[in-house]
Amino acid sequence: MTLNIDIKEEQKKAQETIQNQGFRVLVCSGTGCIANGAMEIIAKFRELGANVESLSHHDKMTVVPTGCHGFCEQGVLVVLPDLHTTYVKVHVEDVEEIFESHIKNGKPVERLLYVDPKTGEHVHKNEDINFYKKQTRTALENNGHINAEDIDEAIAVGGYEALAKVLEKNDSDWVIEEILKSGLKGRGGAGFPTGMKWKFAAANRGGKTYMVCNGDEGDPGAFMDRSVMEGDPHKLLEGMAIAAFAIGADEGYIYVRAEYPLAIKRLRKAIADAEARHFLGKNIMGSDFTFDVHIKEGAGAFVCGEETALIASIEGERGMPRPKPPFPANKGLFGRPTVINNVETLANVPVIIRKGADWFSSMGTETSKGTKTFALTGEVNNTGLIEVPMGTTLRQIIFDIGGGIRGGKKFKAVQIGGPSGGCLTEEHLDLPMDYESLQKAGAMVGSGGLVVMNEDTCIVEVARFFMNFTQNESCGKCVPCREGTKNMLKILERIVAGQGKPEDIDVLKELATAVQDGSLCALGKTAPNPVLSTLKYFLDEYKAHIIDKKCPAGVCAAMKTYRIQEDVCKGCTKCARTCPVGAISGTVKEPHKIDTEKCIKCGSCMAACPFKAIVVE
Amino acid sequence: MSETITKVDFREIDKILESYDYKKSYLIAMLQRVQEVYNYLPEEAMTYIGKKVEGLSPATVYGVATFYAQFSLDPKGKYEIKLCDGTACHVRGSMPVLNAVRKKLGLSEDKKTTDDGMFSLNIVSCLGACGLAPVVVINDKVYPKMTADAVKIALDTIINEEKGV
Repeated sequence: MTLNIDIKEEQKKAQETIQNQGFRVLVCSGTGCIANGAMEIIAKFRELGANVESLSHHDKMTVVPTGCHGFCEQGVLVVLPDLHTTYVKVHVEDVEEIFESHIKNGKPVERLLYVDPKTGEHVHKNEDINFYKKQTRTALENNGHINAEDIDEAIAVGGYEALAKVLEKNDSDWVIEEILKSGLKGRGGAGFPTGMKWKFAAANRGGKTYMVCNGDEGDPGAFMDRSVMEGDPHKLLEGMAIAAFAIGADEGYIYVRAEYPLAIKRLRKAIADAEARHFLGKNIMGSDFTFDVHIKEGAGAFVCGEETALIASIEGERGMPRPKPPFPANKGLFGRPTVINNVETLANVPVIIRKGADWFSSMGTETSKGTKTFALTGEVNNTGLIEVPMGTTLRQIIFDIGGGIRGGKKFKAVQIGGPSGGCLTEEHLDLPMDYESLQKAGAMVGSGGLVVMNEDTCIVEVARFFMNFTQNESCGKCVPCREGTKNMLKILERIVAGQGKPEDIDVLKELATAVQDGSLCALGKTAPNPVLSTLKYFLDEYKAHIIDKKCPAGVCAAMKTYRIQEDVCKGCTKCARTCPVGAISGTVKEPHKIDTEKCIKCGSCMAACPFKAIVVE
Repeated sequence: MSETITKVDFREIDKILESYDYKKSYLIAMLQRVQEVYNYLPEEAMTYIGKKVEGLSPATVYGVATFYAQFSLDPKGKYEIKLCDGTACHVRGSMPVLNAVRKKLGLSEDKKTTDDGMFSLNIVSCLGACGLAPVVVINDKVYPKMTADAVKIALDTIINEEKGV
């Protein structure tokens, strides 16, 4: 098809616009950095930059709010690409110093540079920050480099080039072949080959077909989809348009969780901008391909991440799953053939089309191709969003990119894949992270949440936490899931309360099998995973709770007593004033005492004591 | 409780329904808009939607409203506190923060809104700001890296501002 838009020309124009911006100051304005004051920092830079006379090497300075870098822990991030410098934990008071010292006089502000947790030294060059250096970014390639609310910035870095290529070629089978060849698998959890899904739906080409993007990122501890929607929304739209072209859809929905207001706002703007440029809507780029995108806001239900539940929710009903088949590819939204892909999956699509399937499949392992994002959180030094080739080991992720465990503590376990996933331990540190290896180890890639736990985390408590989550989120349709998770939770609550019975472990296993076998959707089928994997790797810890009535990590309140060490206590009275139940008595400058009868074991006295006189036993 | 009974203006509801063409597939969006106006879902409004929109009944509307965590059938406080207890926040200590908020405002697991209607507290699963754990959101402002003390200060600031008005 001949197009009436020359995307290369548009790209050149957009790049020139950026060139003309002079010195660029990139300020992260993802949800995290806005919470830390990014907007005030942007305003201050703009105020200072207004006086262009003062800039020595440039005639102009432009402050660019960007999407999430993924390095939320270190926010607010300010990047000066021309000087290869990243400033971390920037406050509005620091802006003037960065401007005066570095931008005007070329002298970096040492104290605001990133400190490598291993060497303790300041890192001067962006390229040398381990957190970034060891990553390979595909879905996140533009995150943090472009202004997410400016379509020209997306075009300048190759946005809509892949869509133009696809429309020029005008061969939807070629698109599906290319995605099949790339080996791209669904990044939302199940890992089903994306090209296959498209092929199934394309078999029904001819009538009304829908393209749906699943942005209902419900796994607690995962935020890659939020980052893509907030930081590079045009890439997602382009991926959707390509998918829609491949399967013959003319209408699409993005289902976004209501908890992500910024993502919704930026997507709405991106859709309007793309329509205005004829990259979406009627006769895209002058072709005969038409594709309209709508946004549907979720209303807070984890189960809506499941595709049939998501369909029900878009239709305005309760988000409850239904049996498959029929699969959505045959009978989905409003009874029509529908493809549902996750945000990250779709963000990979334009890059694959642009750079080729071979380029994508050259990364990763034999069976898991390309790169995967992981949300690295918990007790690790560098928490944030990362993207690495499939097959990267846990050790590389936690210790090289993550900078090791916080406070020099000992690594205990990592929970991968959210409430559907499992725990991995020290013996798995060198396991390649791909779909197959993880499944063998009793875990799953899932959406890619990685919560790192240290020796102070109680594994049984974590299992209880996840069970509490799935129990709350069970939609109630299948009895084994509704009742089974409730009973599993009861048992786990009993164990952490120090009232576990020896037979509890067997009953847990039995219930787990029943829940797995008797549930319709993945929520139920995977709900027991955290319990089963912790039982497998940390059976001793369960036994310690049940038989010895001890919590080895010292977390479970019911099994610990607080004591004030008389020789250390200075009698400052701070603990007595902090105690919410008045369990601490004593006179000033005399050692205090805790009444264990009254004590509710909340730990606030321990946190308040300036002399570390309070110990847990 | 008399002051919490909201007078529902059906003309306003009609405006919302009209903007969605009275299409039942927009039920969730309709309820979201109604909740934006009243801060909760008044029973009369739900019944009205159930009767006015073709293919719906008051029971279906009620079913949808109770299914999704976002909807509240009781009036919410002027300040809505969302306390994240996602995995990352939980591991980094969201529970002491929760206890501090409850103690400060006199709330409990069953009592979610203060008597003066100023604050309501909801525990949410994940706000996607895991790098800043533990996180508390009050209305739309995100409070990163909370501790029991920090959250008390944040609440005090709001309380003092309210007194100042």
